Amino acid sequence: MHSIFAPASPEAAAVTRLWWWMFGAGLIIWLGVATVAVRAALAKSGDASRDVIRDTPTVTRRAGRIVIAAVLATAIVLAAVLVYSFAVGHALAQHDADRLVIEVTGHRWWWEVRYSSADPTKLVTTANEIHVPVGVPIHLRLASDDVIHSFWAPNLNGKSDLIPGYRSALWFRADTPGVYRGQCAEFCGLAHAKMAFFVVAQPKAEYNAWLAKTSQPAEPPTDAEAARGDTVFMRNGCPLCHRIAGTDAGGAAAPDLTHVAARRTLAAGVLDNTPENLARWIFDPSVIKPGARMPAFHLSAADMRALVAYLETLK
Amino acid sequence: MSSLGSDAPGPVTLEAGDIARDADALERTWRDQPGFWGWLCTVDHKSIGRRYVVTAFAMFLAGGIEAALMRTQLARPENAFLGADRYNQIFTTHGTTMMFLFAVPMMTAMGLYFVPLMVGARSVAFPRLNAFGYWTYCVGIGLLYVALLTNHAPDTGWFAYVPLSETLYAPGHRVDVWAQLVTFTEIAALCAAVNIIVTVFKMRAPGMSVDRIPLFVWAQLVVAFMIVFAMPAVAAGSTLMLAADRAIHMQWFIPARGGDALLWQHIFWFFGHPEVYIIFLPALGMVTPIVETFCRRPVVGYGAIVMANIATAFFAFGLWVHHMFATPLPELGESLFTAASLVIAIPTAVQIFCWIATMWTGRPRLTVPMLFVLGFLFTFINGGITGVMLASVPFDRQAHDTFFVVAHLHYVLIGGAVMPLFAGLYFWFPKFTGRLLGDGLGKWHFWLFLIGTNVTFFPMHILGLDGMPRRIYTYLASTGWGPLNLLASIGAATLAVSVVLFLINVVRSWVAGANAGADPWGAPGLEWAVASPPPPYNFVHAPVVSSAHPLWETSGALPVVTGLRTDRREILITTTFDARPDARHSSPHGSFWPFYLALCMGVVFIGSIFRPYWVLIGTALSCIGLFGWGWESSRPIERERVAMPNGPVVERT
Repeated sequence: MHSIFAPASPEAAAVTRLWWWMFGAGLIIWLGVATVAVRAALAKSGDASRDVIRDTPTVTRRAGRIVIAAVLATAIVLAAVLVYSFAVGHALAQHDADRLVIEVTGHRWWWEVRYSSADPTKLVTTANEIHVPVGVPIHLRLASDDVIHSFWAPNLNGKSDLIPGYRSALWFRADTPGVYRGQCAEFCGLAHAKMAFFVVAQPKAEYNAWLAKTSQPAEPPTDAEAARGDTVFMRNGCPLCHRIAGTDAGGAAAPDLTHVAARRTLAAGVLDNTPENLARWIFDPSVIKPGARMPAFHLSAADMRALVAYLETLK
Repeated sequence: MSSLGSDAPGPVTLEAGDIARDADALERTWRDQPGFWGWLCTVDHKSIGRRYVVTAFAMFLAGGIEAALMRTQLARPENAFLGADRYNQIFTTHGTTMMFLFAVPMMTAMGLYFVPLMVGARSVAFPRLNAFGYWTYCVGIGLLYVALLTNHAPDTGWFAYVPLSETLYAPGHRVDVWAQLVTFTEIAALCAAVNIIVTVFKMRAPGMSVDRIPLFVWAQLVVAFMIVFAMPAVAAGSTLMLAADRAIHMQWFIPARGGDALLWQHIFWFFGHPEVYIIFLPALGMVTPIVETFCRRPVVGYGAIVMANIATAFFAFGLWVHHMFATPLPELGESLFTAASLVIAIPTAVQIFCWIATMWTGRPRLTVPMLFVLGFLFTFINGGITGVMLASVPFDRQAHDTFFVVAHLHYVLIGGAVMPLFAGLYFWFPKFTGRLLGDGLGKWHFWLFLIGTNVTFFPMHILGLDGMPRRIYTYLASTGWGPLNLLASIGAATLAVSVVLFLINVVRSWVAGANAGADPWGAPGLEWAVASPPPPYNFVHAPVVSSAHPLWETSGALPVVTGLRTDRREILITTTFDARPDARHSSPHGSFWPFYLALCMGVVFIGSIFRPYWVLIGTALSCIGLFGWGWESSRPIERERVAMPNGPVVERT
């Protein structure tokens, strides 16, 4: 699901290949040195003499030559690693001009994802889930809103730190459709362990459909329960942090909820997105995710049911 | 030889009666005052060194308990054993303890105990500074562990990355505790480093020219210089910058106010990477005499090992950026650090091949210290190989901040420092206590430790490559990381059992172990020429050496020089390169002021966490201590040029 051993992009595949070569070389070296050391340690174990050995010049010279040869061999292996690593690094630094730019901002403890567009009504903002078309080079523009985070989806590429005050970037081209998990890799405080995300690589048409749907504002609720939920949402201060496009809710401190019901998980990959989990989360987020900055909302059962019903309409 | 004294009368032989008389007089002159006061005020490098070793080992146990708690928490997915807040405090305290309170102090402690014995000196160059360093270190321990037990331990990692460690994201005093703890340990390390440098440069036994310095002492000397260059970086970073950011809003690191969040990482790792070698080189220094002793021959490539130490120290300052490969730094700059990180493998390889060649051409005996040396080779080489992998920028972008790095660093530090340390403790325990450590329990300890290390840390390589980041207090079952984590936790339990066996062995042997005598192993170093444990004055007469393996070159007693007074504490100063007798110098008696001044430092730095005015109060109190310290020093200086009245003589034992 998330592993460097199942690369889904040419970038990750190049690094995995590099890894296997280094692993093979390392294994041979380890076995070689260990064998020689054991042999040296055991060869004369029967000899109990405790006299101190005095070297003849021949022994000294021969031992010296063997040490020098072994050191030279080490240097050659290191030089090979250096050259191969530079080659891979250089190849990874070459980028297509034709690319899809996605902005990812790290927050404690969730990921904000924005798709730009020439048409300002088509801007898409979502959270913790990055949809990308298969076969298209992706350029992630990374930034942090608070502390240092690190974006890492091992199947797609190595990680890149999100450092406040700096801009960083990550490139990959997902060649295999699939859902790839990633997780924050730089310690960022209490809920660092619970800051995951998913990259959803889809065929181009599917991706375009997703983008078109997600760029739409939310539909107004149609049934009475959901309409009541809308009121609960508005009256309990939710809009101060959350945004739902097409409504008065315009907060920017927390994930955009315009299409929250269409996402796979809640709370940055912590919970499956089910109505029960949504209610649990709203009731007391910090139980599920210690440190979560969303306060607890101990709503009445009826209010909670209505609120969840409303949020579930936000497909 | 006669050139040692001004007009030396030529070799004479000392009678046993003269030696005994001098020993008696020296005993009266150099021993500590009796009772608690004498214990508190001692400046004997052996008392302080022993205390340092025991305290640092207690810190190893504390860090180990923290590790066990973490492994319990991670043994299964979504475990509720510790919780995020406790876990963050404990992993921070584990890293901080192991790096700042165990590894570096343990290595310098071994140096402070053994360097004077190995170079044939009566004491260290600055005995009171030595005591001050130890007490400062103790104040630091007190600070961190009181904080941990009262739920105020630092929780932003042993690296305390900004801006997470700034007041905005880390309110309260937890990070201040970390910043000031670092200050205490840096001061202690600097005290030790200065002491070791001057002791090695100016107090070596006559005849111990630079090409005859024992390799453990060489390693200590090189590391002392590394401490002098590396530690001020982190002391400035943590005290002047981070603590000042937090206490008086200096804004070094706050991007919104023009500060730079990446600057901290440069400063921290400029210290942090050399730190690894500060731990690792003395450990390698322990390996050499053990290999020599149990292979019954001088090490192959003395000169190569010395140069390897120096080269390692040099390159160690040029690879800090490999901790920052995932940050947005220019690719060309990063590739320079890749090259440096690979180059540093070469001097280490030189040392390893020299030991293997020594074993190959010697007659190895598989004693417990030797087993630990072999364990060190297998484990450390594994860590070295993963280190080479991590030097590659593209691979590091995958492995950085994952359990792969956790595995790598534990292979390097357990393999490269703890295993040689255990080898050294088995080897030198007789010198500390006069008794041998038990062999049977020692072998159990070794095998369980070797197995435990590999079972704990090998699976972590795979976990890291399977996507498990570091410093997470829990993980979902759906990640699939459960089974390997459980295996790692079982390995940790094995490690715990092996360390308990070691403790049992230590206690049993200390009370009722076999008597060791002065030299149980037939070892070459000068420390084995004195009784076990050594008397307060170390050597009755300063030994004269004519090779790097003095006890293997002389049959019978060592030649000595006489002429140091026995009724006053006097040390022999020799020249830096050739170690020719140069002067006699007085050495201080026990003093209360090192302890007092360490407490004043505590008032300054701990007080500054809460209210700035404590800095003034602590400084005022320090003035009293500095005055007292200076008053003691202002007694007439008894430094005399040269004048060894009786030239080289042979001691009859």
